[in-house]
Amino acid sequence: MSLIDVREVIKHYGGIRALDGCTMAFEEGAINGLIGPNGSGKTTLFNVLTGYERPDGGAVHLQGEDITAFTPDKVFARGVGRTFQLTRVFQRLTVVENLHVAAQRTGGFRAELSRWSSGSERARAKEVLDFVGLTRLAAEVAGNLSYGQQKLLEFAAIMIAEPRVILLDEPAGGVNPTLLSHLASRIQALNAEGTTFVVVEHDMEFVMGLCHRVCVMHQGRALCAGNPEEVRADPMVLEAYLGTDMRPMEHADVEVR
Amino acid sequence: MLVLQGIVDGILAGGLYALMGSGLTLVFGVMEVINFAQGIIVVLGAYLTYVFSTHIGVDPLVTLLITIPIMFALGYGVYALLLRPIKRDRVIMSLLVMYAVAVVIEGCLDIIFGGTLVQVHAAYSTSSIHVAGLEFSDLYLLAFGLSAVLLAVLYVILYRTKFGRSLRATTQNPTAAKLVGIDVDRVSATTLGIGVGLGAAGGMLFGMTESFNASSSYDLISRLLVIVILGGFGSVWGAMVAAIIMLVVEDVVAVVWSPVWGQTVFYLVLAAVLMFRPQGLFGRLAVRAQ
Amino acid sequence: MAVIQATPELLSPTEIDRAFRDPYALSARTRGISWTVLLAVLVMFPLVFTNPAVTSVAVFTMFFLLATVAWNMFSGYSGYISIGHAVYYGFGQYAVALLILHLSITSGVSELALLPIAGVVAAAVAVPVGLLVLRVRRHTFIVLTIAVMFIFQLLAFNFPSITGGSAGMNVAPPTWSGNDFNLPFYYIALGTAIIALALSWGIRRSKFGLGLLAIRDDEDRAKGLGIRVTRTKLIALVISAFFVGIAGGLYAIFVGQVFPQFAFTPFYDLYLAVFSFVGGLGTLSGPVLGALVLGPLQQYFELQFGATTLYLIIYGVLFIVILLLLPRGVVPSIADRYHSLLAAHWRRAEERRSRSGPATPSAVTTGEARTESVPAVPTVREGA
Repeated sequence: MSLIDVREVIKHYGGIRALDGCTMAFEEGAINGLIGPNGSGKTTLFNVLTGYERPDGGAVHLQGEDITAFTPDKVFARGVGRTFQLTRVFQRLTVVENLHVAAQRTGGFRAELSRWSSGSERARAKEVLDFVGLTRLAAEVAGNLSYGQQKLLEFAAIMIAEPRVILLDEPAGGVNPTLLSHLASRIQALNAEGTTFVVVEHDMEFVMGLCHRVCVMHQGRALCAGNPEEVRADPMVLEAYLGTDMRPMEHADVEVR
Repeated sequence: MLVLQGIVDGILAGGLYALMGSGLTLVFGVMEVINFAQGIIVVLGAYLTYVFSTHIGVDPLVTLLITIPIMFALGYGVYALLLRPIKRDRVIMSLLVMYAVAVVIEGCLDIIFGGTLVQVHAAYSTSSIHVAGLEFSDLYLLAFGLSAVLLAVLYVILYRTKFGRSLRATTQNPTAAKLVGIDVDRVSATTLGIGVGLGAAGGMLFGMTESFNASSSYDLISRLLVIVILGGFGSVWGAMVAAIIMLVVEDVVAVVWSPVWGQTVFYLVLAAVLMFRPQGLFGRLAVRAQ
Repeated sequence: MAVIQATPELLSPTEIDRAFRDPYALSARTRGISWTVLLAVLVMFPLVFTNPAVTSVAVFTMFFLLATVAWNMFSGYSGYISIGHAVYYGFGQYAVALLILHLSITSGVSELALLPIAGVVAAAVAVPVGLLVLRVRRHTFIVLTIAVMFIFQLLAFNFPSITGGSAGMNVAPPTWSGNDFNLPFYYIALGTAIIALALSWGIRRSKFGLGLLAIRDDEDRAKGLGIRVTRTKLIALVISAFFVGIAGGLYAIFVGQVFPQFAFTPFYDLYLAVFSFVGGLGTLSGPVLGALVLGPLQQYFELQFGATTLYLIIYGVLFIVILLLLPRGVVPSIADRYHSLLAAHWRRAEERRSRSGPATPSAVTTGEARTESVPAVPTVREGA
C-alpha cells in the first residue's frame, strides 16, 4: 500500500509549470527514489508534500488523509520530515541544540515551558548523534561544521523526531564518497526499522544501489516508476535525460550524471 | 471640488515624496541598508539650499548644482567609511549606524541653526495657476516637474547604462555580481551617493514647500518609511505609486475632515494594506523558498 | 537501533553531559559566582554612593537594564529586531499617568502598585501590534516597528483630550521625598530586572526558547520541524512588552511628566538595540553588560551636555565607534573563544588516544560499506 499519494498536482510559477498534473505514489516501508532531469519538478514536489508550497491544483494524501492544505508544522506533526537541497541547519545553535529543536514538539504548551534537555531526551540525542557519528562535535556550533557534516546533522535532526517518512532532497550533493556510504548505511539501517524514505538524487549509482523503487519525473509529471533495473533500462528515461535523440547508452549511471 | 483640489494637491505633493523616498528604496534594494538618515538628509539638503539662497542669493534651483555633488560625496563617504566594514548582521547593523549618523547630523544642524523654523523663499513661492476652478501652486508644480525629471534620469541610469546594469545585478545577487567582476563596494557607495543626492534634491523642494528645523526629520523619515514599505521595499516604482496614493489620501481626508486626521489616516492605510499584503503593494516576500 | 561507537571515551562523562545539556560557555560555578558578585554590587551601590546625583543616574541605568533585558528576550532570541519597543514604553507611561490622574491617587505606595497594570496594558497592546508586524520579516519588520511607533506618537499628539497632546501630562509625585527619594525606584527596577533576567534564563533553557532561537536562524525550517512560529514569536513579544511597560511606568512616576515625543521616542529603541548589541545579542548576560556600561555613560553625557544638542553628536559618534569596533558583541566573542578552546582540547585528546592504544577510528570515516542486496519491490507503473 502506498503511504503518500500525489494526485494530479499542479504548481505554476509565472509561466513555468513546475508541476503539471503530477500523479505518483510512494510505497510504505520502502526506500523510494525520485529522479529526473534538472527542472523536472522534484524539489517543487517536495515543497508541496511538506506544506512549504500550496499547489494550484490536485491533492496530496498521507495514508488516506488529505494533507494538501497543511502548513509545514502540521505536516511534520503527521510524521513527515524532510531535508533540503541546500542544507539547512540552525547555524548559530550547537549540534545538540539543533537536535532538540526537532525533538520536542509534542505535549502542547506546558511541555514547551520545560527544559529542552531532560535526561531521557539527552540520552536520545546522544544515541542519534552516535548513530550518525557526530558525537564528538556535540558542543560545536552548527555553522562551523563542514558541509557534509551539516548534511548528517540535518538528517539526524529529522531522525530524532522518529518520523514515519523522511524526504531527502539530494543527500549526496557535495558530500564526499566515504561520508556518502556512511549516510547510505544509516538510511538502510533506519529503513530496516520501518522508516519510509523518499530520496531525490542525481547520483544514479547512489539511487540505483539504495532504492527499492524509483520514480522518474519529467517536465512536472511522473514519467515512469519501477525497480532500479527497469528504470535504468527504460528508453523513456533516457529520452527524458538526453533529449529527443535516443542515443544508445552503455553506462547509464555515468552518462546520466 | 474640495475633494478634487485635495486630489490635485496630493498628486503634486506625492511627486515630491516619491523623489525623497526613491533614494531610500533604491539604497535598500541594492544593499539592504535601511537608510534611517534619509529624513535628516532631506533636511540637510533643505538647509544647504537655505544657506546658498538666503546668504549668497542664488536661486534655489541653481543651488542643486552645488548641493547634489556635495550630498553625493557625503553618501559615498558614509558608505566607504562606515558601512563597508560591516560584515555581520548587515541589515540591523547598517540601520543602527545610519541611525547614529542621523543623530550626529541632527546634532550638528541644531547647533548651527538652532531650533527656529525656517523656509526657503523664491519668487515663485506663492504664485499659482488656476485651471477649471482648481488651484495649482507654482511651487508644487515645480516640485512635481523636477521630481519627474530626476526620477526619469534615475530610470535612464538604472535601465540604460552599464552602471545601472551592475547596480541591478548587485540588487539581485551581490555574490554573483562580485563573481562576474562587478565592484560591488563601488556600486554600493555610488548608490548611496545617488540616494543621498536624491534626498538632497527633495530637500531643496521640501525647504520651499514647508518651514523646517532639524527635528522635522523624524516626521519625514516616518512618512518616507511608510511610503517605502507600502510600495514594497526596494521597488522604486512602488515607492512612487505609494507616495502619490498616500499623499492623495492624506490631503483628501485633510480637506473633508481635518488635517490632524489626514496624518493619522496616512498610517492607518498602511496598517490596512499590510493586513492583506504584508509585502507591500509591489514588493516580494523575503522568504527563502529554497 | 544500531549504534555505531563513535569514539565515546574521548570526552569525560561531565564534558559529554555539559555538551548535551548546557547552552552556556562558562561553567555553572563561574557563572554562579559572577552573577552573585554582580547582584551584590548592584544591591549595595546606592547604599555606598548616596549622592542623589549619582543615584539618579543609577536609577535610569536600572530602567535601562530592565528594558534591555526585556528587549533581548524578544529581539535577541527571535532575531526580529524591534525598533518599536518605545510603543510599550510609551503605553506604560501613559497607563500610569492616566490611572493616577483619573483615580486621583496621591499616596506613593499605591502609585507603585499601578506598575503591573502598566505592564499588562503594554502587553495587551503588543498582541494586535504583534499580529500585524510579525507577518513580515527582517528589514520590513524593522521598518514596520518604527512606523508603528510613529503612529502611536502621532496618536498621542492628536488626542489632547486624553493625553494632553504636546503639552504632555503631569504625574503626581510620590509621597516620599528628600535624599532617599531615588531608592524605591532603584530597588523596584532592580528587582523587576532580576525577575526579567530569571525569566530570560528560563526561556533560554526551555523548549519555547529553543524554538525562538531556531526561528532566528531559519524560520521556515523551524516551522517544518513542527514549531508553531507565530504563536512562539507573539508570546515572546508580549512578555517583552510587559517588562518594557513596567519600565515606562516607573519612568513616568520618577520623572513626573509624560510627553508624546519622549514616551514614543525613536531614541529609546536606538539605546536598547545598541546596548544589547554591544553586550551580545541573544545572550543572557550581554544586555546586562551593555546596559550597565553604556547606560551610565548615556546619562552622564545627557547631564553634562544636555543643554545643547552636543550630546546628540557625542552619542552618535560613540555608537558608531562601538558598533564598528565590536560588531559581534562582547559575550559572543568570549563564548566563541571558549568553544574553540574546547574543540581544540577534544582534538588533542583524540590525537593522544590514536597515538596510544589500538586505533578506534571514528564512525564517520568507517561507515559500513553499502550493502548491494537491496530487496526489489514489484514494478508499478503510474502517471506517465
